[in-house]
Amino acid sequence: MSRAADVGTATQIVLAVAVAPMLVGVTRQTRARLEGRAGAGWRQPYRDLRKLLRKQSLRPRGTTIVFAAAPLLVAASTLAAAGLVPIVVASPTTTRIGDLFVVVGLLLFGTVTLALAGLDSGTAFGGMGASRTITMAALVEPSLLLAVFALSVPVRSTSLAAIVTSVAAHPETVARPGAVLAGAALVVAVLAETGRLPIDNPATHLELTMVHEAMTLEYAGPRLAVIEWASALRLTVLLALLANLFWPAGIAIHNVSAPALLLATVAITAKLVVLAAVLGGAEVLLAKLRLFRVPELLAGAFLLGLLAVTTSSVLSVNAS
Amino acid sequence: MLAHVLLAACTGFGLIVPAGVLLARTAARPVVAGGGTAVLGVAGVALGVQSIRAGVVPVRIGWLLPLSGAQFGGDALSGLFVLVVGAVAVAVGVYLIGYARDGHLPTAALAIIPGFVGAMLLVPLAGSVTTFLAMWELMALTSTVLVLTDHERAACRRAGLVYAVMTHLGFLAVLVGLVTFAAGVGSEVFAAMARDGAALPPATRDAIFLLTVAGFASKAGLLPLHAWLPRAHPEAPGPVSALMSAAMVALGVYGLIRIDVVALGVGPGWWGLTLLVIGATSAVYAVLQASVATDLKRLLAYSTSENMGLVAVGLGAAMLLRSAAQPAAAAVAFAAAMLQVVNHAAFKSLAFLGASTVQRATGQRDLDQLGGLARRMPATSGLFGIAALAGSGLPLGAAFISEWLLLQSLVHAVPSHSSTVALAMPLTVAAVALSAGLGIAAMVKAFGVGFLARPRTAAADAAVDPSAAMVAGMALAAAACVLLAVAPALTGPLFAHLDGVVPGLDGGVRWGRVLELSGLRGAMSPLGVLAAVAAAALLIAMSIGLTRRGRPAPTTVPLWACGAGPLTPRMQYTASAFAEPLQRVFDDVLRPDTDIEVSHLDESRYMLDRIRYRRQISDAVEARLYAPILRVVEAGAHLVRQAHNGRLHWYLGYGAVGLLIALVVAR
Repeated sequence: MSRAADVGTATQIVLAVAVAPMLVGVTRQTRARLEGRAGAGWRQPYRDLRKLLRKQSLRPRGTTIVFAAAPLLVAASTLAAAGLVPIVVASPTTTRIGDLFVVVGLLLFGTVTLALAGLDSGTAFGGMGASRTITMAALVEPSLLLAVFALSVPVRSTSLAAIVTSVAAHPETVARPGAVLAGAALVVAVLAETGRLPIDNPATHLELTMVHEAMTLEYAGPRLAVIEWASALRLTVLLALLANLFWPAGIAIHNVSAPALLLATVAITAKLVVLAAVLGGAEVLLAKLRLFRVPELLAGAFLLGLLAVTTSSVLSVNAS
Repeated sequence: MLAHVLLAACTGFGLIVPAGVLLARTAARPVVAGGGTAVLGVAGVALGVQSIRAGVVPVRIGWLLPLSGAQFGGDALSGLFVLVVGAVAVAVGVYLIGYARDGHLPTAALAIIPGFVGAMLLVPLAGSVTTFLAMWELMALTSTVLVLTDHERAACRRAGLVYAVMTHLGFLAVLVGLVTFAAGVGSEVFAAMARDGAALPPATRDAIFLLTVAGFASKAGLLPLHAWLPRAHPEAPGPVSALMSAAMVALGVYGLIRIDVVALGVGPGWWGLTLLVIGATSAVYAVLQASVATDLKRLLAYSTSENMGLVAVGLGAAMLLRSAAQPAAAAVAFAAAMLQVVNHAAFKSLAFLGASTVQRATGQRDLDQLGGLARRMPATSGLFGIAALAGSGLPLGAAFISEWLLLQSLVHAVPSHSSTVALAMPLTVAAVALSAGLGIAAMVKAFGVGFLARPRTAAADAAVDPSAAMVAGMALAAAACVLLAVAPALTGPLFAHLDGVVPGLDGGVRWGRVLELSGLRGAMSPLGVLAAVAAAALLIAMSIGLTRRGRPAPTTVPLWACGAGPLTPRMQYTASAFAEPLQRVFDDVLRPDTDIEVSHLDESRYMLDRIRYRRQISDAVEARLYAPILRVVEAGAHLVRQAHNGRLHWYLGYGAVGLLIALVVAR
């Protein structure tokens, strides 16, 4: 079991690393096509990364080690999270290292590092981006934790392996009111965490409306490549989490043989591509919210999460 | 025996070191005071460890206190808190050697600091009500004097007054509560009270619970009795704020546990619920205030209130769960609260020492005036960064582990028995989650705006790292933070014997490389998380290195800043600007006082001369709750003053009436 699970864990990390830019490409391409543009193709993010990696590494004067190390820390914490989330196998060998709370925490760790880098640059835009990101993170964190909590209550465990295994065994449980509400809260939280519309516009070139981009304005070359790749990986991890928490079909649970892993890899890649396309499609229909309307949306997500926890908690009283 | 020697050593040092400071030459005073405090702290740590391992056999010293005599003794619970106080004292003592040099602290303060530490060490070891109250009052008095160190400034005098009044009102509540308790049980020895406390009539127990909770909550800085904290901590000298915030406040928690969790026994469900509500409200409200504060020490003071709120949430959850007959989840909640106390002591002492170093180096504690310290004070900045990470509840930080435990206990609360639990737990999770998110915002602001970017004033530009002793003191606290974050299993033995002291708990946390909950499903490995992130970082760094071929050599360039031309430090985001979105979101709770004044040129009212923007955020609870009470008290005082008419025969009459009443009551 353990050797096979190791292979499964390695597979899912490699898969996440490899497909992350593709998901961004698929989102952009879907959006381009729906908007009547030809689009650059789903391979464009890979080309962008290759271009950035070939460029000179620049370090602005007056910045500290925080600025220099932030890309690495963001990418490392996201990659660590990718190792903890069930993507290909339901119980990666890392399952005892961390549960759902740890995954949420690691992603937040990346956000905070980048915000500090934005502040460290000492420019108005860097501070602006940091301030906005942290405000949103502070408001998203509770909804995310509440949604996580709501999913954990019926299983009595925050272990992702336990939740996914239980949902795979009883697929009908995702239709329970608690799970549906938690799902809604989770979707909003994922949109906010990955900086998508209607919370942040990933394609903006107007500094005043930027959130995520504003923090990375001073980066160039390989460091920017790492940041771009890390934000794609974050999207991958969160989409995979969303997919497998509510629809774990195909994931390798007990049988982690080579065919099972292959099947799981194909299944999750298909799910991720569909989700990325849906995300791109939805972005065509949505407009970015005004910055100070965003907290209202996040407060809504928070309330949904609270309702989700209360429902699943009270319903489990009645059930037992 | 060893324990008694250590106890005598602590008491003796607490008396000798102050005398030594007074007798020493002026130049030697900082070394005597700081070194003495550190030695006292080491003795405290040893005593704490001994008390946890084997307890301190009760000892009675008849002549020390009139009428009742002093009684000392300790168990695992006392030991834990003695250990915390001692450890904080070691770091602060070493720091003090450097801080007090060149007459930066008056001799009185230097002499009182070791006495304050001695009093704090003896509070958890008090074995009877009288001894406890005497030590408690000694601690309150010494700390009041220390808050007033800088008494030439009006703000400091005001803070001292608020602190003195609130701490004594708290003392009064504790006094009445404990005296009622002792009278009901018929003994003032804690051991006897813990034996018979559960057998008291319910109404008496409820009254004792409410009174002692009010008293201890005011010491722990819980809402709505927190008002002294954001005033006293910023005004007190740095080492004193560190001692007060990391150690003294924790003793309020000790009081809560000793009396309300242990001595009164398992109580009705609403006790736990009360503590849960107080804790959750404190955590959310205080962290909101912290996230919009621009004064670094005020921010840290509110963060203390927040952390104690989380501790109270843990205690409340433990009480509620054991009332609902769920000893395993209750044990996890209790362990979370205790770990939070230990973590908070480590990172808050470090944070306050860092803040006071910054204040010493720049003369500022307003974040809007700081910035750029990371390049000018690398050691201090790095150490403050460790404190901010440890306190923010992010993975790789210490507070993350205690918050994780707290959330685990809430997940595992089986709500099948009571719908109170079923409703309370989700709301508590919401409060904990909200305070975790906002706590991160506050810490990012403190570190990012204060230490990174570029200096906003000449004073911040000229800052340099402090003397070796000050850095060493901070490094000690930082080492504790790192150890707690990476290997919390080391603290396992500290909590191992608590089950025997606190009734109604069973199981708890299995402390190993992987933290596991005994009897419940859940595991997490802080070391594993660190290893995973480090391995990932190595992997990414290596792959970036592999692509280096053909890339031009790295270089340093001026900031691009969207091509905006030369930047001045004034263009940066300030702390106020950073927190503005949050302040706007929580406008209804914070109720900021904003003033915009626009003046026009005389020639044309379409041309602006200047705009003045002023914003002040005062404590809404203080303004809305305290002010009316103070008005009532003042009106009462006016009434009483009518009686002071200056005529002698009236005064004699008062005396006679008073005597008559006393006789009738005492009959």
